[in-house]
Amino acid sequence: MSGISSCPAPAHPHEAPIRVVLAKLGLDGHDRGLKVVARTLRDAGIEVIYLGLRQTTDSIVAACEQEDADVIGLSMHNAGHLTLAPRMVKAARDAALDVPVVIGGIVPAEDVATLISAGVAAVLGPGASAAQVVSTVKAAALQAAGR
Amino acid sequence: MAETMSGIPLDPFYSDGLRPGDYPYTRGLHPTGYRGKLWTMRMFAGFGTAADTNARFHALLRAGGTGLSTAFDMPTLMGRDSDYEWSEGEVGRAGVAVDTLADMEDLFAGIELDKVTTSMTINGPAAILMAMYVVVAEKNGVSRADLGGTIQNDILKEYQAQKEYIFPPRPSVRLITDLIRFTTAEMPRWHPVSISGYHIREAGATAAQELAFTLANGFAYVEAAVDAGLHVDDFAPRLSFFFNAHSDFFEEVGKFRAARRIWATWLKERYGAENPKSLMCRFHTQTAGASLTAQQPENNIARVAIQALSAVLGGTQSLHTDSYDEALALPTEKAARIALRTQQILAHETGAASVADPLGGAHFVEWITDEMVRQAEEIFARIDQLGNGSMLEGVYAGIEDGSFAGEIADAAYRYEREVNAGRRIIVGVNEFTEGDGGESSLLSIGHDTEELQLKRLEQVRSRRDDKAVRASLAALVQAAEQPDINLMAPIIDAVRAYATEGEIVAALESVFGTYVENAVV
Amino acid sequence: MSPTPLDELFEAAAAGNRRAMGKLLTMVEQPGGAASEVSERAHRQAGHARVIGITGAPGAGKSTITGRLAAASGAERPAVLAIDPSSPLTGGAVLGDRVRMDNHIGSSSFIRSMATRGHAGGLAVAVPDAVRVLDAVGCDPVLVETAGVGQVEVSIAAAADTTMVVVTPGWGDAVQANKAGLLEVADVFAVNKADRPDARGARRDLELMLDLGPEGDWRPPVVLTIATENEGIEALWVEIERHTAHLRESGALGRRRGLRLRNEVVDRIELGLRGRVLQIIDSEAGSKALGRVERREVSPGSAAEALLASSNPQHPEES
Repeated sequence: MSGISSCPAPAHPHEAPIRVVLAKLGLDGHDRGLKVVARTLRDAGIEVIYLGLRQTTDSIVAACEQEDADVIGLSMHNAGHLTLAPRMVKAARDAALDVPVVIGGIVPAEDVATLISAGVAAVLGPGASAAQVVSTVKAAALQAAGR
Repeated sequence: MAETMSGIPLDPFYSDGLRPGDYPYTRGLHPTGYRGKLWTMRMFAGFGTAADTNARFHALLRAGGTGLSTAFDMPTLMGRDSDYEWSEGEVGRAGVAVDTLADMEDLFAGIELDKVTTSMTINGPAAILMAMYVVVAEKNGVSRADLGGTIQNDILKEYQAQKEYIFPPRPSVRLITDLIRFTTAEMPRWHPVSISGYHIREAGATAAQELAFTLANGFAYVEAAVDAGLHVDDFAPRLSFFFNAHSDFFEEVGKFRAARRIWATWLKERYGAENPKSLMCRFHTQTAGASLTAQQPENNIARVAIQALSAVLGGTQSLHTDSYDEALALPTEKAARIALRTQQILAHETGAASVADPLGGAHFVEWITDEMVRQAEEIFARIDQLGNGSMLEGVYAGIEDGSFAGEIADAAYRYEREVNAGRRIIVGVNEFTEGDGGESSLLSIGHDTEELQLKRLEQVRSRRDDKAVRASLAALVQAAEQPDINLMAPIIDAVRAYATEGEIVAALESVFGTYVENAVV
Repeated sequence: MSPTPLDELFEAAAAGNRRAMGKLLTMVEQPGGAASEVSERAHRQAGHARVIGITGAPGAGKSTITGRLAAASGAERPAVLAIDPSSPLTGGAVLGDRVRMDNHIGSSSFIRSMATRGHAGGLAVAVPDAVRVLDAVGCDPVLVETAGVGQVEVSIAAAADTTMVVVTPGWGDAVQANKAGLLEVADVFAVNKADRPDARGARRDLELMLDLGPEGDWRPPVVLTIATENEGIEALWVEIERHTAHLRESGALGRRRGLRLRNEVVDRIELGLRGRVLQIIDSEAGSKALGRVERREVSPGSAAEALLASSNPQHPEES
């Protein structure tokens, strides 16, 4: 296990930090995971724009545009992921916003393929370690930058 | 007469001083412990449409159950109808969908409401669901006075932890005191608030924070109800609590014992309660959902068993054991059965129910109990100071400045870092990881539930008398504008006219406003 | 000549395209690359927006006030720069101000969260550049919100046409504000959370401190607000406008802006010099001199003098 307390090196001064918009979409209020992820990403040198609870696809798209975000991170805990995640992907596409969507939370392994084929960039299932969270977000940002 | 497995006879309790049943009840509420009455094995159920859950209820009752426990879906918990824009994908998924009185009629169809007790886990819109239950009973010819059960109705912990709030704190607490006044006057068998630490712990709090924030919320409700004109002994005997049982066994036992001692001393000394029942901290316990791992999920059966044992040895009045597959999805029937069997093994095979407070007197257990009390008192002092001598105002202030949520988030992050750094071992997650056999079969709920529920809602809307709905909502708005009017009566009228939950919430929001939290990361 | 990508970005941003605005801000936030070209261009077009700095103790409700003010301004295109500290250890940041203003601010507003990115000197140039871009593409007013802790944050908020300091009831805050140098930079005070006991006391305390302060032709007004309820925000905006008018009438606006530009040039020179200083100390001569200091052969003072004398600022060593 690479511990988050030991891993992060300060970002190179001339390399722009990755910017991530973190939010919960819709009604679900479980934000423990989202807050832990926010701090985990911060401690890996990433800038987190924390939108928190009860966001809409519109508010997330607007934040991404104004904040010039590299990644959208959504946390889902209420079995609504099969509806909500594709809705976010579609809203981003409709706005011609080329920002990858990463989903975390309670997502059963059997739903991952469905979400990926719906256009989600990556899924962090229950029990993902801090190192996995960071590397997944960085990979999504890199991939988007390379497009 | 109880004895050990080998035939050694056992007294109801052992003591060289404070006995179970003695004030301040550290050692339990009753000298006979579980010999007099075993804890209630109350398992939480609810999914799909009201008719689906109704079928599950009937099955439970046929199997000899006497208590029903209802889980509502996210839109219902948030006061939104099934056809609200952001309800899509959530309808009937994590609980049952209730939009109107018609759904409540389906949910309890064929059930004798004066014979069963019902527990309803709902907070923001609790007054509306309570009103629906009362009207269903009324239509079945059951009087309010004969209804028994519990409604969670604990809004303060929503701002601190679970985040299922609708209105700002003060009008929300008004709705809670209105409900307390209503049940105190008309429903003597009902528990109007279940003050819940469970969700505070699930959000990441420590045991001491769970204990202190929960009891502080309890004190806040006592102050609010007294401010609303009730005497403490009128309602305090009907208050109950709901705690979490996590994995650190002795810390949890200490927490439960500390809760009883603190509640008794505060109610007596600070709030002047005289009825011994007012001093008794009765609580339901649920094992820690957040402790369940997605990796090697079968290990969760062992975790749940040990957590449940801490609740039993801590003297819980009722218990819900989690299913081992809950870190992945809603529980399957098999997993839910194993969870119930775990309780039955504890009750009937282990001897844990034979002697009251069997851990009392152990040096470590007494020490950690004292330590829990000490840490909680420190937190109370801070809240009291924040509120200038009012726990209610202190809790409001801590919600507003985000200090509860911030402290909980700090504790959650500390825990996560310990796990990630390997300083805290979680079996199957960061140690002993070989042999993860992947996932077992999971329960999933189809999309047709949502379609059925939407049709049902449309049907109700088209058949009802819209004029009566509008009139009842207008009357509710008028009543809400006057702080001294009890809102239960106008809510009952609106429910009876088949106003939807969302419409009633919108009417109240037009007066109370909608709460947006001051997010603290 | 066909328009360059930068032309297109500026044009789109001027037409109100938020994504173009977002990209331009990313460019100026990032030293090197196109930053200087964007800054150069923006500077020629800027100079029209009213710049309002907002600072105060953490938890005073600055973000909510800022969002409400942007809405109360009635402006077509208000913009907010919300600045939060980066973690000094990792360079990361959690930027949480946006969500506090999102719900009150009009849909025509633009909000950008900026992290301090761990280099205080860099912040002093990144923020004016970001303001410059927002100004150049037609945003007005531009509200710059920083935490009132630390000299750099306070001086950034102070580099504005009008600086507002937010305090909350209770002596503690006023004393803290005084210590942090907040009182000296304030043109307008907001006593937020005025529904709390002793809000009037806080106002009285501030007035007393102002009585003891330097006399000038502008006495900072003190406005009671409850930002969460949108109370007092209109009055606050009126005071800000009154201050702007005062600056215009007295001719102080030009002086203020001139001084601000002068300070920015000074900051940039300092930043450049700091780079040279690091080059000197990292050079072979630098490490030799350091070695001698460590062996106690020369004092730090003489080593620095010798290094300064031997370095040629026109031809800094390559590092």
